[in-house]
Amino acid sequence: MASDKNSKQKKSPYTSDRGIAGAFEGETVTRRGFMTGNALAVGGIATAAFGLPALGFALGPQLQDSTSDDWQDVGPEGDFNPQTYVPKVANIVAAAGEAGKTTVYLRRRDPKRDKRNEDLPYVAVSTRCAHLGCPVRYIQASERFVCPCHGGIYDFEGKVAGGPPVRPLDRFYTRVTDGRVEIGSRFSVNSELDRFSPRDPSNHLDGLWQYLYPKRPST
Amino acid sequence: MSKLTPPLPRFLRPAPPRPGRRPAPGDNGTGPPGRRTGGKRKRGRVLRDGAAEGGTAAVGWLDERSGLSPFLRGFLFRKVPKGTDWFHTLGSATMFAFVSQAVTGVFLAMYYEPDPSRAYESASYITNEVFLGELVRGMHKWGATVMIVLVFLHMGRTFVFGAYKYPRELNWVIGVVLLILTLAMGFTGYLLPFDQRSFWATVVGVNINASGPLIGPYLAEFLRGGAEFGTTTLTRFYALHMLLIPGLIGALIGAHLYLVAKLGTTAPPWLKAEKKELSREEL
Repeated sequence: MASDKNSKQKKSPYTSDRGIAGAFEGETVTRRGFMTGNALAVGGIATAAFGLPALGFALGPQLQDSTSDDWQDVGPEGDFNPQTYVPKVANIVAAAGEAGKTTVYLRRRDPKRDKRNEDLPYVAVSTRCAHLGCPVRYIQASERFVCPCHGGIYDFEGKVAGGPPVRPLDRFYTRVTDGRVEIGSRFSVNSELDRFSPRDPSNHLDGLWQYLYPKRPST
Repeated sequence: MSKLTPPLPRFLRPAPPRPGRRPAPGDNGTGPPGRRTGGKRKRGRVLRDGAAEGGTAAVGWLDERSGLSPFLRGFLFRKVPKGTDWFHTLGSATMFAFVSQAVTGVFLAMYYEPDPSRAYESASYITNEVFLGELVRGMHKWGATVMIVLVFLHMGRTFVFGAYKYPRELNWVIGVVLLILTLAMGFTGYLLPFDQRSFWATVVGVNINASGPLIGPYLAEFLRGGAEFGTTTLTRFYALHMLLIPGLIGALIGAHLYLVAKLGTTAPPWLKAEKKELSREEL
């Protein structure tokens, strides 16, 4: 132990002092240390060269804006009225076949009832429950949207009337082109029906809670 | 026995020479007696000894070039504490369940197509058309449940026996990671049949991930491969289920087993209690 300590103390940081062949004045890096460092650096660069693109590849969808600007025709204006919802089928994910389709409930905007979102001529309510994403169904008799999974209930406007959901049902942009009703991309609303960028189910949009679920780059 | 003889089970080892028979040249009196030295000899014994000799030679050849036998002797023939019983087989049972999942999974992958329009069709094709397909899919499906049950029993055994204590804490931590990975296997595998149940269960499962503050939505987006549940979700779950997570589980099982062999297993608590009492009496 003592001799070890002594030898450590004696060991100079300068290669020239340690009698290493070909040492330069003031040099502290040994050939072995230099080669070890190089091997590690080259290995690290090689790993990063395939690792970083692969990671970016996996995480890419999260950084891209994935909202589509497509408008879908859901029928002539005559199909809809302000009193009740009419179910229509829309494509959410184009390439996913049947799994990419969803029901959308539509009605004409009623100026007396709908004070917010005046720029949208139709109210298009998403069936995606704001609790955990199950498909809700509209029941005309009670004028409620009901979720089969965990008992979420929404009123006629899609606001939470009971159960676990944290915010009203999402909506879609709507417009009328040549007498045909079209729906655009999804947006989320808080309990006052103020518009937000689309959020995942279970994400709060009211009070201080909303700051825990900020807007994502992809939406 | 010569030094190079690997730790073969007894029935594979060559028989020792009979009394009064000269050992065959060149095997130091340990090998089987040469055929010429024997008088009457039963045919079965000759065949058995011949096979044993061949086996020993083959294993010896491998061992001489790999030096595996000291490792294997330590790993497979290590000493276990008194009182080792059926409870100690739960870990091996879990590993067997994993191996069974891996094997049946590889064969299911030969027919399964991870495409939203084909996944359900190919899964029902496996069940209804492929020879023994129903059996192999059933083994994979029920084996998944068996594995999770075994993981929890194994964990419970470790906890109740106090086998997580010093110096085995690291192995407990590895085991917990393995538990989480096993549950992740269950989660990712559940989507693959792509029927109504698995689809909506996964939608709910992913959205439960999204409910975590700040990072939750990003985690859900990573799982879905986008803002909406779509084509990429199924392929992502498929890749995680059959490549990434099994690879991690395999590697961690290796580390888990290494530590088991290195540190040894623990005696059951009732035996430890007896020992304590004995030592008290002696004092």
